[in-house]
Amino acid sequence: MALLQISEPGMSTAPHEHRLAAGIDLGTTNSLVASVRSGTAEVLEDENGQALLPSVVRYLENGDVIVGQQAKAAQLDDIENTIASVKRLMGRGISDLKTLGGNLPYTFAEGDMAVPQIKTVAGNVTAIEVSAEILKALKERAEKALGGELKGVVITVPAYFDDAQRQATKDAARLANLNVFRLLNEPTAAAVAYGLDQKEDLDERIIAVYDLGGGTFDISILKLNKGVFEVMATGGDSALGGDDFDHVIAEWILQQSGSQQSHHALAEARRVKEALSDNEQVDVQLEDWQGSISRNDFNQMVEPLVKKTLLACRRALRDAGLNKNQVHDVVMVGGSTRMPVVREKVGDFFGKPPLVDIDPDKVVAIGAALQADVLAGNKPDEEMLLLDVIPLSLGLETYGGLVEKVIARNTTIPITRAQEFTTFKDNQTAMTIHLLQGERETVEENRSLAKFSLKGIPPMVAGAARIKVTFKVDADGLLTVEAEEQTTGVKAGVEVKPSYGLTDNEIEGMIRESMENAQADMEARKLREQKVEADRTLEALDSAMAADADKILSPDEVATLQKAAAQLQHIKESSDNADEVKAAIKNMEKAAEFYVARRMDDNVKTAMAGHNVSDFSDTTE
Amino acid sequence: MAITLTDVAADRVKTFLENRGKGVGLRLGVKTHGCSGMAYVMEFADEIDENDTVFEDHGIKIIVDPKSLVYLDGTEMDFAKEDLSEGFKFNNPNESGACGCGESFTV
Repeated sequence: MALLQISEPGMSTAPHEHRLAAGIDLGTTNSLVASVRSGTAEVLEDENGQALLPSVVRYLENGDVIVGQQAKAAQLDDIENTIASVKRLMGRGISDLKTLGGNLPYTFAEGDMAVPQIKTVAGNVTAIEVSAEILKALKERAEKALGGELKGVVITVPAYFDDAQRQATKDAARLANLNVFRLLNEPTAAAVAYGLDQKEDLDERIIAVYDLGGGTFDISILKLNKGVFEVMATGGDSALGGDDFDHVIAEWILQQSGSQQSHHALAEARRVKEALSDNEQVDVQLEDWQGSISRNDFNQMVEPLVKKTLLACRRALRDAGLNKNQVHDVVMVGGSTRMPVVREKVGDFFGKPPLVDIDPDKVVAIGAALQADVLAGNKPDEEMLLLDVIPLSLGLETYGGLVEKVIARNTTIPITRAQEFTTFKDNQTAMTIHLLQGERETVEENRSLAKFSLKGIPPMVAGAARIKVTFKVDADGLLTVEAEEQTTGVKAGVEVKPSYGLTDNEIEGMIRESMENAQADMEARKLREQKVEADRTLEALDSAMAADADKILSPDEVATLQKAAAQLQHIKESSDNADEVKAAIKNMEKAAEFYVARRMDDNVKTAMAGHNVSDFSDTTE
Repeated sequence: MAITLTDVAADRVKTFLENRGKGVGLRLGVKTHGCSGMAYVMEFADEIDENDTVFEDHGIKIIVDPKSLVYLDGTEMDFAKEDLSEGFKFNNPNESGACGCGESFTV
């Protein structure tokens, strides 16, 4: 028997058609899944009341796969077949292993392959497959808790993840049979969890997200403008985290006690660190040594580590071109931000108290769940978040080197737009689709993204073919373009990543140029359009003369027409004035008037040839 | 008769309303839908219509439209946890049969 949840006004679904959605924080050390129930986002717990699922996967000889706490517990006994921190390998190639490999405890399979494969007793596995196992476990947990199949999920990724790493994450989701509504940057998810995107007090917010986890530190500077998040800068240290704080305390314990039991000292250090978050003074014990540590002592010992994180914050701010007074909100993420000394120093640095109300281990998953709920369609439309826009217009080349914009800049994604194009020449059977990005009017001034050909257009007169070109940009900014000839259904298409390799500065430069050159661009477009018109006129004259010049024109008349055509051709090629080209077209049309008239007469004659006058007068008699 | 909430259900509704940050109460109703006739509707309410009947239990306003009231009068709303799942359920004396899914019923 299903248990019911409270919906937003007017958003109730029919029975068995619940739009179940979840947010997944697929972490390096731990993963979580959260969902919105009765309007409240909560992290979903397992049978033992545990919210955190250790991101550890163990492969057994019989092919069984164990995920989570049990796998983590076996890590030391079966290190070869127990895979942890696989997130570090996502989207990496063989060549990346040299820089990463040293820190990873698994054995990689040898041989020629596209992505690194880890050797286990159950066969070789890729990072994508290992991640898929973690996602499957979270999917199962969510579907049990929500009482139905998930319609889709939002998965978070670090803001600095590149295309390959994002694609690998999506591939893992597909392997786990999950529909991904979208990938969401982790810092953005944290800001969403605090509802910063719903606040209307400022036109533009600057948000710093300080994420200190077990083994990594990330700082992200976000700009939120009219519901759209933009990552302005990221920074951090992939080898600095809560574990380093433990090591500092463990060293102190070893020094004080004179013991060599580093393993035990580390466990005691962790306990002491956590206890000091709630107590001013904590007793410390290692074997028969006993001591005590105050929060002040602790703070002094770890100060260099905290300072290191603040240096990274300073750098990220500088990269974003901001000073710390311009930051409106500071969001704390990661279990290590529970330490009072971290909260205090971060607060001092930014000059405002950081946001700490939501459990820092869960905040990213909660933000993802809120976003998934919206994308599943459980909220009224006006609460729909706009998370991304297209930075530059997307379009294609049309005849004459002009650019036809299909999707305008600042359009929110995902988006699909279709436009119809036609052939320029008689019997044209192929068409090249040249995709361009930018704000200018001519092809040369824009950025070329890709070219593909649509072949197999049936022979027709110019302008009769109907070719529908569809531009589709998904939530992750991936552009797919498809061209289809409507009468025959022949299709061709291509997929590109438009913003690939473009920096913010380059985008800004391209937009600025288009504004500065607006007038010149318009003139250029007018000129090109007239030149296209000239071509069309010449083309029409050519095909007409090829058909009947020898029948109805005298050699002199042919020469006159050829001369007029040559003149137009010359002006078309040499002129940079649209009006001049336009006048030349007019002149040629005038010169050809007698020919057009004669062709018409001739056509009528041909149509009547062989008929008797009475054939045409039957009806009137 | 009236529509009532168990202590647990009232506690949860209160929390959900607070988390939402707005709304006057809880709207209950029925829709003709589902695998056996009627389906329950449970939504946050932002406004009360003049034809609505409003019950108050545990300090929570329960708002019902006149058409739904005949199907719901006497219902007690409960909140339950079953394995990993949790949510509301209806103990409705008007219900003569249900499809077993808990979401739809016949009178």
